Amino acid sequence: MIVLGFFLTAPMGIGYMEHKVLAHMQHRLGPMEAGGFHGWAQLVADGVKFIQKEDIIPKAADSWVFTLAPAVVMVPYIAIFAVIPFGRTLWAENLDIGIFYVLAITAISVIGILMAGWASANKFSLIGALRAAAQLIAYELPLILASVAVVMQAGTLSLVGISEAQHHYWYIFTQPVGFFIFIVASLAELTRPPFDMPIADSEIIFGAYTEYTGLKFAFFLLAEYGGIVAFSAIASVLFLGGYQGIPVIGHLIPGFFWMSGKVGALAFFIIWLRATYPRLREDQLQRFAWVALIPLALADIMVTGVVKVLVK
Amino acid sequence: MADWIVFWVIAPVSIASAVAMILAKNAVHSALLLIVNFFTLAVFFLILGSPFLFVVQIIVYAGAIMVLFLFVIMLLGVDERESLRERILGQRWLALLLGAGLVVEVALAVRVGVGFGHGGLPDFTRVNRGGNVQALARVLFNSYFFPFEVTSILLIVAAIGAMLHGRRRIGDEETIDAPIDERMDEPGPEPVPAAGPAEATP
Repeated sequence: MIVLGFFLTAPMGIGYMEHKVLAHMQHRLGPMEAGGFHGWAQLVADGVKFIQKEDIIPKAADSWVFTLAPAVVMVPYIAIFAVIPFGRTLWAENLDIGIFYVLAITAISVIGILMAGWASANKFSLIGALRAAAQLIAYELPLILASVAVVMQAGTLSLVGISEAQHHYWYIFTQPVGFFIFIVASLAELTRPPFDMPIADSEIIFGAYTEYTGLKFAFFLLAEYGGIVAFSAIASVLFLGGYQGIPVIGHLIPGFFWMSGKVGALAFFIIWLRATYPRLREDQLQRFAWVALIPLALADIMVTGVVKVLVK
Repeated sequence: MADWIVFWVIAPVSIASAVAMILAKNAVHSALLLIVNFFTLAVFFLILGSPFLFVVQIIVYAGAIMVLFLFVIMLLGVDERESLRERILGQRWLALLLGAGLVVEVALAVRVGVGFGHGGLPDFTRVNRGGNVQALARVLFNSYFFPFEVTSILLIVAAIGAMLHGRRRIGDEETIDAPIDERMDEPGPEPVPAAGPAEATP
């Protein structure tokens, strides 16, 4: 329950962090008035605003599919949080096949995006949805292949088991290539800059979400931030030791705070990239996945396998 | 007990989504209902004690294959009248006949193969000792190693063959990779029907 509660609030925290971090990186401070210090209450104000907005469903839209789409995008990210360990005993469910389950469930949200784009009956929405689908399929492969190398090294699919296996050292030191591939592929899965062609505002307005207003749109935003938390959490477990602290002082601080700190740091990194890199072009993006990341990930798996057999 | 409750909640959803999928007039609705159906099948795998197949069902069917289906349907747009026309002579009767044949075959396979004829199913807790994934790996990489590898080669060959057939061949040059100004001179593909749920798309 604690874990669930944390993950229902964390996306909002990340959303707030995005506002503020970007504001300071770009020297445009934005709303600083609400609530006093640094406009902390702006998030509440935004929430109230979203609730008040008119809920518009376009006339040509398929209203059922249109209405269901935000939920289909959102639910997978909530379902992931059930298996992510936040401490040696702090998890909702320790599935044998934890990481495999997580990767499978994240693949569902693309169906929601396709539903949203198609049901809007708007060509920009449809192009955005198709771009998102092509991108998510292309980058799911490197994501899974990068995780496979970690699973091979840990010898288990369970997320708790993988965290435990990193008791002596984190896998970022043995799998730096895997970490790089995983982070890049996560960015693309989240359609975050520099991989945000599906919502490229200069070309297709806001992609699949163009026609959405009010709470439904807020759902998509929450799903995006929930996705950042989810992928940061998975990357923390796979490569940064999850709830394992650093040596010497590791035992002084409970695992929950280690894990939260790592998730926060990775989320900050993801937001940082948005302020740093320009958007890729659609063909560059596809080429990067198929020509660079996937062969690299396959080579990573091969090397991991050979080393594992040799060390044994 | 919980398994039974889940089964009786999910089973009607499964059958209803399958029937609705066939009856739906809209191709996209059919595809979405098929995804629902795949999910219920995945849950069946889960309550049968095979979490690995549960995840495989989701990632392969719901996550990959259906996304490609939706992608193609949405990209090309499907004309509703076109998809309802029967192209093969006597398609309806043939479908009924083959469908009945399939039912008989499955019933026979269940009766003879799985072994309702020889007492109950094997004990899953014994089969799954050391974990479901390990149990599957034991079977796949020991008893069925050769068929497994042959299947993977078959799939690779099929994928490469599909790619080869999918390539556009006009002369010896590859037109797809030709520079854009060359392609502009060619007559483009047929205009596709407007995609989107309603006919009145502007």
